Amino acid sequence: MPDAVSPRGFWSKLGYWLVLLFTGLLALLWAVPVIWAFVASTRPPSEPLGRGDVWFGSSLTLVNYATAMSLAPFKLYYINTILIVTMILGVQLITITLAGFAFAHYKFMGKQLLLFFILLQLMIPTTALLAPNFSTIRALGLFDTRLAIAIPYFGSAFGTFLMRQAFLEVPRDLVDAGVIDGCNWWQLLRHIYLPPSKSMLVAFGLSSVVWHWNEFLWPLVVTNSDKSRPLTAGLVRFTQLGEIGAQWSLLTAATLLVAAPLFIVFLIFQRQFIQSFVHSGLK
Amino acid sequence: MSASASAVCKRKRRNPILPYLLILPTFFFVAMFTAWPTLLAFYQSFFRQRLNIAKFREPIFIGVGNYATLFNDPRFLLVLKNTIIYVLVTAPISIVLGFLFALLINRAIKGIGLARLAFFQPTILPMVSAATIWMFFFTPDYGLWNTFLQRFGYSGPQNWTGNPDLALIAIMIVAIWKNAGYYMIFYLAGLQSLPTDVYEAATLDGASWWQMLWKITFPLLRRTTLFVSTIAFIGAFQMVDHIFVLTKGGPSRASTVLLYYLWQMRFENQDVGKASAITIILIIFLLIFTVTNFALSERKEEEAHA
Repeated sequence: MPDAVSPRGFWSKLGYWLVLLFTGLLALLWAVPVIWAFVASTRPPSEPLGRGDVWFGSSLTLVNYATAMSLAPFKLYYINTILIVTMILGVQLITITLAGFAFAHYKFMGKQLLLFFILLQLMIPTTALLAPNFSTIRALGLFDTRLAIAIPYFGSAFGTFLMRQAFLEVPRDLVDAGVIDGCNWWQLLRHIYLPPSKSMLVAFGLSSVVWHWNEFLWPLVVTNSDKSRPLTAGLVRFTQLGEIGAQWSLLTAATLLVAAPLFIVFLIFQRQFIQSFVHSGLK
Repeated sequence: MSASASAVCKRKRRNPILPYLLILPTFFFVAMFTAWPTLLAFYQSFFRQRLNIAKFREPIFIGVGNYATLFNDPRFLLVLKNTIIYVLVTAPISIVLGFLFALLINRAIKGIGLARLAFFQPTILPMVSAATIWMFFFTPDYGLWNTFLQRFGYSGPQNWTGNPDLALIAIMIVAIWKNAGYYMIFYLAGLQSLPTDVYEAATLDGASWWQMLWKITFPLLRRTTLFVSTIAFIGAFQMVDHIFVLTKGGPSRASTVLLYYLWQMRFENQDVGKASAITIILIIFLLIFTVTNFALSERKEEEAHA
């Protein structure tokens, strides 16, 4: 839909500016939580937030971040989250590429049935299965490991489906030419299917990273020590520490520590991010 | 393309075992963490098993006993009611707001990127981080939310996360704030792919902006709306992280929804049987929404082709 009619005449000009004003105010309102969290995290500890005083303190400080880091092993949480997210992404990229390729390229018995079976994962999300999956993790002896957090996501119906769609859009002539030239399956995949599908892999990758960086419930269930706990579960423990209470500067600092890496990457690659979310959702 | 070439290709595209091997890893993980747990939960839902009570530690078959107990338990009925309110309020409001945001920022002027950023950023924020920030907002007395409301004449109760009438609403506000921007980007993509000539024709015919919105934009974005509503409804059932930070399901279960209750039943009460029954009930809810949406989209497709 094109822009609302280009402004002509006094009243429509006024309307146009009113809409812009409204947009600006609404955007500001939406950004208040994050802006305020940043403001509060820079207040000196000697000036707790209180009635009528919830803005910047008398000076800016980073001491809250340091205190938060010293009260909980955030460094370890960072390592855990990064390892978990990387492990999931690494395995997923391989499994979805291979499966997507098989579904797009080959004809074989039971293809539809297998595809339907895998797509079950879209209808029954892993989150809903936390109780029985917990038993499986226990039985496998994986409880309280990073692998336990990652392993249920190694196969991705969503990713498989995306890659199948991307591969199906590769021109048939190109594939046929590759086949005639005697490419084996690996060469076909590497040189013909993958190059035009890279943007889809990136799109899937970005949303996978965001999703698993932010995940909380499953890690909460399968961890019980700091050696495997990711940032999200660490933050919730932190907020419930007795000595923290309502020290909002400290809480907001910890909150931003958890969100910051993803936020910074997002600010740098905003366009690709948004594009990738659209891709991975709509195709 | 010659006939012989495509014959070669067809032959090459059959391979007795390779496709199965390629699918095997994905199949294995889906079987292990989707299919098997579903069957396991179904099976275990017919047994009484409580891990923290010695005499109920071993599973005992009780038929549909768990389901019967749950549906006769006013606490569970309250949780069901909360869940339905939670899903039926947060999903549509987030979708409408997402659409509104997309309409507002779909213009090529300087600075609009900032507005897009403002609306979208809650999407990449972890829900537990968002909840921690909102925990301050909801603080009685000096929390920003109450201060903001008082400016507009609000004089009601202030303890949003501790008041049985407000806790669920507080949970819903955070969920809506978090998700509207996510749905916005799908509408934005949809809006930008609409054909401009239709609008030019409509403008020539003297159609107003409202008429174009209702008669052209909405119908053309039907596919987007169906997609967004599918992910919004299914997502709403799973969105409970902020409950852990803000209300812990309370006060007196006023803000407990199905997935949170499932967690409590399994990991606080150690009640494997009931937790399994709740898992199955949750899956049925999810399937109802998925199948309904799928059926709707198929029907609309047919209408569109007719």
